[in-house]
Amino acid sequence: MPDLETKPIKPVEKTPEDAEHKQHSIVPRSSVSGSTLTLVVAIMAFLASLTLGAVWTVNDTAQSWQNDVSREITVQVRPVDGVDLDTALISARQIVGSYPGVRSVNVVDNVAMAALLEPWLGGGLNLEELPVPRLVSVSINESNPPDMEAMAAQLKANVPGASLDNHRAWIERLTTMARTTILTGLLIFVLMMIATVLTVVFATRGAMAGSKHIIEVLHFVGAEQSYIATQFQKHFLFLGLRGALAGGFFAIVFFLFVGWWASGNPADPTSNQVEALFGTFGIGIGGYLSILLLIFIISVLTALTSRFTVLRHVGTLDRSSGDG
Amino acid sequence: MIRFDSVGMRYGSGEEVLKDISFDIDPGSFQFLTGPSGAGKTSLLRLLFMSLKPSRGLIKVFGKDSATLTNEELPGIRRRIGIVFQDFRLLDHLTLYENVALPLRVRGYEERSYRRDVIDLLKWVGLNERIDAFPPILSGGEKQRAAVARALIDQPELLLADEPTGNLDPNLARRLLRLFIELNRSGTSVVIATHDLNLMDQYDARRLVLNDGRLQIYA
Repeated sequence: MPDLETKPIKPVEKTPEDAEHKQHSIVPRSSVSGSTLTLVVAIMAFLASLTLGAVWTVNDTAQSWQNDVSREITVQVRPVDGVDLDTALISARQIVGSYPGVRSVNVVDNVAMAALLEPWLGGGLNLEELPVPRLVSVSINESNPPDMEAMAAQLKANVPGASLDNHRAWIERLTTMARTTILTGLLIFVLMMIATVLTVVFATRGAMAGSKHIIEVLHFVGAEQSYIATQFQKHFLFLGLRGALAGGFFAIVFFLFVGWWASGNPADPTSNQVEALFGTFGIGIGGYLSILLLIFIISVLTALTSRFTVLRHVGTLDRSSGDG
Repeated sequence: MIRFDSVGMRYGSGEEVLKDISFDIDPGSFQFLTGPSGAGKTSLLRLLFMSLKPSRGLIKVFGKDSATLTNEELPGIRRRIGIVFQDFRLLDHLTLYENVALPLRVRGYEERSYRRDVIDLLKWVGLNERIDAFPPILSGGEKQRAAVARALIDQPELLLADEPTGNLDPNLARRLLRLFIELNRSGTSVVIATHDLNLMDQYDARRLVLNDGRLQIYA
């Protein structure tokens, strides 16, 4: 401030002007481009969260299908002339039950068998009149499974018409399908994240295009690069966080709603079908935490993009060469 | 303080807009930089402010070769120079008070430590009634005075002003010139780029005259 003593100025007395002046943010809080950026971030966060949640659900569902199948084996006893089927079933149950690693053994009774076959053979079946194989459902300990080969050999030797189905072919197909599904989901998620990153980066740059004059003024009044970058970074972190929180929030609401609907609350056939296919359709704590992590990543990404954009622009302002 | 030695400047592959410019700006000196429109005044000011690199020649700023200054050193050098842009460059979302205080704010000073200085300076440039106004509602003259106040607020060692009286009435222009003179008497070197002959006639100072990219100096 220059020495003004020689100027025709009276000493300034304390006035209301001496009260603290409101300090506006150096980067304007609200602008059209800022609102657009928030909207873009919100949409991308919502889509990325949906993709993440979908991958999470598919992963859980595929795992549960695989586990359900691998937890159970089946003994099939075909009718053989001269052999009492009920006696054969009792023998099979005793043999299977004697193996360590077997949790429970249940003979599928006639009523259940009739229900199983009803879609193909119609109602009112009398299984006594039909040469239909009977089944013994065996639940096993996955972590300590019984010796399948020995069990199969013993059944074959002692129970005529008995055979053991450990669902290996099913499990292998399901495992392959589950892995393929999960990999496809992950690929989609990675593509979604790349699209999110690019969209957020370009939207942030677009929003900053209208702020270049602010960067220039700050630069020319002697602000350090880091000071300017920090001002913009704080502002864009706020914009990014606001958008990402909105997108993530709606994604979480979506999953909660679909989870509630699929758990059969409205009790309609479609929701029952979905429940049968996906279980509870919940993404669990892990899924929700992943969405929160996604919100954090998108916010930080927005802030860092603004920082690098500022630093690059300041770099072009510093003694730009006349030679171009 | 500032030394130009055989400095040439061209934009792209065009002709040189400044040719073999050599001069010194001494501490406590006062000079007008003048010449017809398009003579290169603004380019010369930008070289002085280090927002342009010369195509050739040597520029020394506060004893340092400007070509060897690092990006970290530049803000420190710029804080010793106040600049008044021809287009004012006020921030529309900040009040007049905040615009004038901006150089101090970005240095990290507390608002209460500079409040009185900013208000005093705004009063002197006749903007005390407009302290809380935003630039879009100010007249061209008011914006120009605010831009001058912003350049002076941190008592720069060198003041560069690009057509500072361009939007002012003669009275206000005289008053502003008096401020520059007073500032100069307190030790600040002043370079005023102008083609206002009336303004230059009011104060006997060195004249740097640019014509067709070449500089002539009239003491």
